[in-house]
Amino acid sequence: MALDEIQIGGLGARRKRVEDARFIRGKGNYIDDFKLPGMLHMETLRSPIAHARITSIDTSKAWMTPGVHMVITGDMAAQHNLAWMPTLSYDTQAVLATDKVRFQGQEICCVVADDPYIAKDACEVIVVEYDPLPPIVNPKQALAPGAPIIRDDKAGQTNNICYTWEVGDKENTERVFADESMQVVSQDIFYPRTHPCPIENMAIISDYNSATGKLTIYLTTQAPHIIRTAVALVAELPEHMIRVIAPDLGGGFGNKVPVYPSYVIAILASILLTRPVKWIEDKTGNLISTGYARDMYFHCDAAIRKDGKIQAVRVHADTDNGGFFSDAQPTKFKIGLFHSIFGCYDVPYGYLTAQGHYTNKAPGGVAYRCSFRITESMFFQERFMQTCAYEIGMDQAEFRRVNFIREFPHRTTFGFLVDSGDYDKCLDLALDKIDYDGFKARQDAARKQGRLLGLGLSCMSEPLGAGNSREYDIIGIKMFDSAELRVHPSGKAVLKIGSKTQGQGHETTFAQIVTHELGIPADDILVQHGDTDNTPFGMGTYASRSTPTAGAATAMVARKVRAKAKKLAAHLLEVSEEDVEWELGRFYVRSAPNRGVTITDCAFAAYTNMPDGLEPGLENNAYYDPPNMTWPFDVYVTTVEVDPETGEWDVLKFVGVDDCGVRINPMIVEGQLHGGLAEAFAMAYHQMITFDSQGNCIGSNYMDYMIPTAWETPHFELYEVVTPSPHHPIGCKGIGECGCVGGPAAFVNAVVDAVAHLGVRNIDMPCLSSRVWEAIKYKKDVSGTPPLPGQ
Amino acid sequence: MMAYYREDAKVLSGGMSLIPLMKLRFAAPATIVDLNQIQGLDYIEEAGGYLRIGCLARNRAIVRSELVRSRHPLMSSAAPTISDPVVRNRGTVVGNLTHADPQGDWATVMMCLDGEVVARSTEGERVIPVSQFITGPFSTTLMPNEIAVEVRVPGATNFGEYHKIERKVGDFATVAVGVALQQQGGSVSRVGIGLTGVGPSNIKCYDAERIVSGGGLNENTIQQAAQAAAADSSPRTDHRGSEEYKREMVAVFVRRSLHAAAGIRAA
Amino acid sequence: MPEFRTVQCVVNDEPREAEIEPRLLLVHFIREVLGLTGTHLGCDTTSCGACTVLFDGLPVKSCTVLGVQADGHDIVTVEGLGSPSELSPVQEGFHEEHGLQCGFCTPGMMLTATGFLEENPNPTEEEIRWALSGNNCRCTGYMNIVKAVQWAAKKMATSGISARGARG
Ligand SMILES: Cc1cc2nc3c(=O)[nH]c(=O)nc-3n(C[C@H](O)[C@H](O)[C@H](O)COP(=O)(O)OP(=O)(O)OC[C@H]3O[C@@H](n4cnc5c(N)ncnc54)[C@H](O)[C@@H]3O)c2cc1C
Ligand code: FES
Ligand code: FES
Repeated sequence: MALDEIQIGGLGARRKRVEDARFIRGKGNYIDDFKLPGMLHMETLRSPIAHARITSIDTSKAWMTPGVHMVITGDMAAQHNLAWMPTLSYDTQAVLATDKVRFQGQEICCVVADDPYIAKDACEVIVVEYDPLPPIVNPKQALAPGAPIIRDDKAGQTNNICYTWEVGDKENTERVFADESMQVVSQDIFYPRTHPCPIENMAIISDYNSATGKLTIYLTTQAPHIIRTAVALVAELPEHMIRVIAPDLGGGFGNKVPVYPSYVIAILASILLTRPVKWIEDKTGNLISTGYARDMYFHCDAAIRKDGKIQAVRVHADTDNGGFFSDAQPTKFKIGLFHSIFGCYDVPYGYLTAQGHYTNKAPGGVAYRCSFRITESMFFQERFMQTCAYEIGMDQAEFRRVNFIREFPHRTTFGFLVDSGDYDKCLDLALDKIDYDGFKARQDAARKQGRLLGLGLSCMSEPLGAGNSREYDIIGIKMFDSAELRVHPSGKAVLKIGSKTQGQGHETTFAQIVTHELGIPADDILVQHGDTDNTPFGMGTYASRSTPTAGAATAMVARKVRAKAKKLAAHLLEVSEEDVEWELGRFYVRSAPNRGVTITDCAFAAYTNMPDGLEPGLENNAYYDPPNMTWPFDVYVTTVEVDPETGEWDVLKFVGVDDCGVRINPMIVEGQLHGGLAEAFAMAYHQMITFDSQGNCIGSNYMDYMIPTAWETPHFELYEVVTPSPHHPIGCKGIGECGCVGGPAAFVNAVVDAVAHLGVRNIDMPCLSSRVWEAIKYKKDVSGTPPLPGQ
Repeated sequence: MMAYYREDAKVLSGGMSLIPLMKLRFAAPATIVDLNQIQGLDYIEEAGGYLRIGCLARNRAIVRSELVRSRHPLMSSAAPTISDPVVRNRGTVVGNLTHADPQGDWATVMMCLDGEVVARSTEGERVIPVSQFITGPFSTTLMPNEIAVEVRVPGATNFGEYHKIERKVGDFATVAVGVALQQQGGSVSRVGIGLTGVGPSNIKCYDAERIVSGGGLNENTIQQAAQAAAADSSPRTDHRGSEEYKREMVAVFVRRSLHAAAGIRAA
Repeated sequence: MPEFRTVQCVVNDEPREAEIEPRLLLVHFIREVLGLTGTHLGCDTTSCGACTVLFDGLPVKSCTVLGVQADGHDIVTVEGLGSPSELSPVQEGFHEEHGLQCGFCTPGMMLTATGFLEENPNPTEEEIRWALSGNNCRCTGYMNIVKAVQWAAKKMATSGISARGARG
């Protein structure tokens, strides 16, 4: 009899996490928990100003501080050809500033000492002299006539533009806009700079063994294999002598994808000093210098037919990329997958242009809980859809419904292939749960009493799970992923994957995939990840890609193993392979179902009793190159009440309906959604990094960059719809980021809806009470673009 | 003890302001005098017509004190808005006053309630009204050889509300307004109105207090008091909000509290 | 050269003694000197609560207490919850209700929850959310953390075990 899949922890089981055992006992292994013999500690000195020429750096007092082993400046790094490094967007980035500082918080020197307190003491006595330059904190300033050229280090760079990009059908789009029967709606919206900001900051221990020549790097990275290759290429070290270990990570959210300057210097220091060097970043360092996200200016025009059907869109985006263009994204796409915009709507024609700008702000452009700038596209899409509905006088839900795609596969206006979904079902369920039909009456009644209620809706389908390898790569390395499975003689198994958990629970869910394919109980499968010497090459975990890619590879390798086990089963059952059938955990003879062998029997036979001509052992590997992205669909709808006198607002109810295909572990899916939605709420509510006119970063610590607590964070009510991915081996779609991508528009739409009757169409995030108050008082849109007023 | 160490010593009570400054290396005192080692300084008691708060009484204890709630509800209203539940387990009222953060909440509350700091040195003891104790951002009239041993509040009030706009738990005030009243029969015998976060340091609204104590609580005096308090504020535009917004919020909250107080009286 | 001071305290029921620099923070004393790395450090501004330990039974942020202040006091870290063989109700609740993801905030979150449940063993959702509002979690959105604390409260009520778990 086949096994009960849920009972053994297979597909669909709400299996409790195996990771928990160590974390709840305080036995996790985060980088700061490692202590190597002879280990030294590094601290980084950062620039207090945003834009200046460095005239001198005096490190003599630091060198004389007792306990200091080394002080590294940009000039020293230059001697090793490491003053600059390549970025993930084919630009260069200063490792330690030699010529200029280009943002507040930029790395200038590193001190290596016996303990971190001494390293910090020594940083304080380094004297750096600056010759200040005018700071630039937004694209408009970057383009202004006479603006200083931030990247004067780059030959031929005569302005502050770092890229331009376009996609779509310009001619036909313009033709539609010229049609006078169309109603044209336009809007400008700013998506402010945010920061992923995991609670654990960046950390590294670099351990160079001069006797063996082996370099072992313990690193807070979401993509250890890419780091290994990057280190090999940049530092010109032999790749087989580099081992990158990403142990337990205290969150990542995209922040732990790039290579940061202090990593490079810690590696250099450990090689020069032939001792392990540890660097633990502080929160200010994290917020002020590491990969930010968003910071995008959006303009859109839509040409809409009388019946509410959008006929064409014209989109322009300006990005603020900071001092170095270092977005983490596939080579072909200069603005990530921003062109996924309007992916769930049937828009016949579209034309999209984008331009990037150097400014005196930290570089980054990381995919903060999103597939490369999808968060921006979905936010703008759903904010703009709301505005269009207001302007053409159509109901919010109806307007979306009229424009939904219903036939799959569907080629979107900017070229993606959306392959599955049931949008109406998701929307109906969400609207029912929030009592959409009753809301209008409640809103009107409340208004009569001077109270402001609003409802915000956000629908989106985002492409998750890059590649395929034809289109998607990171610095030329194609975006596939991998898995390796070994079944031991006793039937217990070890799965090694190329991706890397930062809290998503890979050790739990990836075992469940193997269980589903082989019937080995999940508790008998150990999942390993995050150590490049012990796992196959993979691109890491970000962009909701682990389940779509490494998860698929896991299913595929289990199938390869099962195919071999089948040969062993035929041998054990003394029948030909064609006569053997499979049910979960067991092969049996088709004509005599009672005659069977378990997968454990086959595993034992693989080492003890293999047929002639069959290779011993039961293991294999798989590299999976997905044919397409996966296309989850999500509807988020929320109601809020705004205090008309103070602008403060509270969430009354939040409903989410998510279709992420087959759910491997529903408990973990819900946990991912809760986390993503909390971050969405944070961005809409109060989470903010901004800059004053001097380029000072406001929001460089947790007192100003606000992580919501349990108190502010609303209750999330979640429901599911399942349309399996047509190409993923077990029908899964990405989910880790959906809440964070689709959520912000729902909250902002609700706040704007509460005041829309005053003519308000936009309040830039975060919807601080002061901004909402201003919108109410002056009956106008409120901008939140830097520089901050009044400083 | 402080007489011996003088200038380069710092008193430590809750440490929730001093240690963050040391971590950021804004302060590096040569010597720290830890009051936590002294027994019996954590009292909250009533004696001689005063509610007395010892210098080691934690914010945690204020939140939970029935005595405080019954004597000065404004204190019970403000305490839960100060820092977060874990920080309140260490941070003290007196440490908050001596720290004199321009965004600090306790100084506003104490100005509303005519609180006084009791300072002690080897030369003796003196009592300083909080309105004279705070002289500006991070500065007080405490002498280097003095320790603030107590803050005390006279009499009682039967209405008190602290309205604070904060972006999240643990945030300092964008704007905060404290209002305390003692009402008997329809007359107001005592009133305190104070503001946080809308000036270079805490503000006591003498004009608004005078309007209410002179004219009692009616729609007219309430509107006037709200305008007077707003006029007393001198906020700055920053990332928390505009000058105009903050000024307007002062008026809104003074009005809301006085309305609530008037409602209580009517009931 | 900095002078050193002796600290004697009880950590997780065991007496400990060490010579430390007066400026050493309690969190570093716990992690580096005592080698108990379950207590984490997440911020510079006493905001995140990743460093929360019980100090004489009350949750405090150990990044904002000096190591020397522990002298004569009782400290409980995550390693002192439950016993080697048995999880405390709070630990069990976090596991059962998926109250953790990356696990970085979890020790601090559990210690705050433990201190809170000792004081209020039968809390409402609102009381739980308020009590935990000095601790940040970036992963979970708090939904399941709240459920974890509710689970622990129920377990305490039915088993009579304290939030910190059966000792010995
Ligand atoms: C995350 C966080 C959020 C916060 N939010 C707020 C807030 O919203 N509102 C607010 O008002 N505060 C806030 N605070 C500050 C908190 O309330 C502090 O605890 C308080 O301001 C200082 O009290 P303390 O007992 O910790 O003082 P300590 O840090 O011990 O001392 C502060 C200063 O006063 C001196 N001092 C202390 N006691 C005495 C004494 N008895 N005699 C003489 N001098 C003394 C010290 O030398 C030091 O200079 C916050 C703190 C944190 C960490
Ligand atoms: S480390 Fe963040 S509060 Fe202590
Ligand atoms: S579980 Fe990651 S921060 Fe809470």
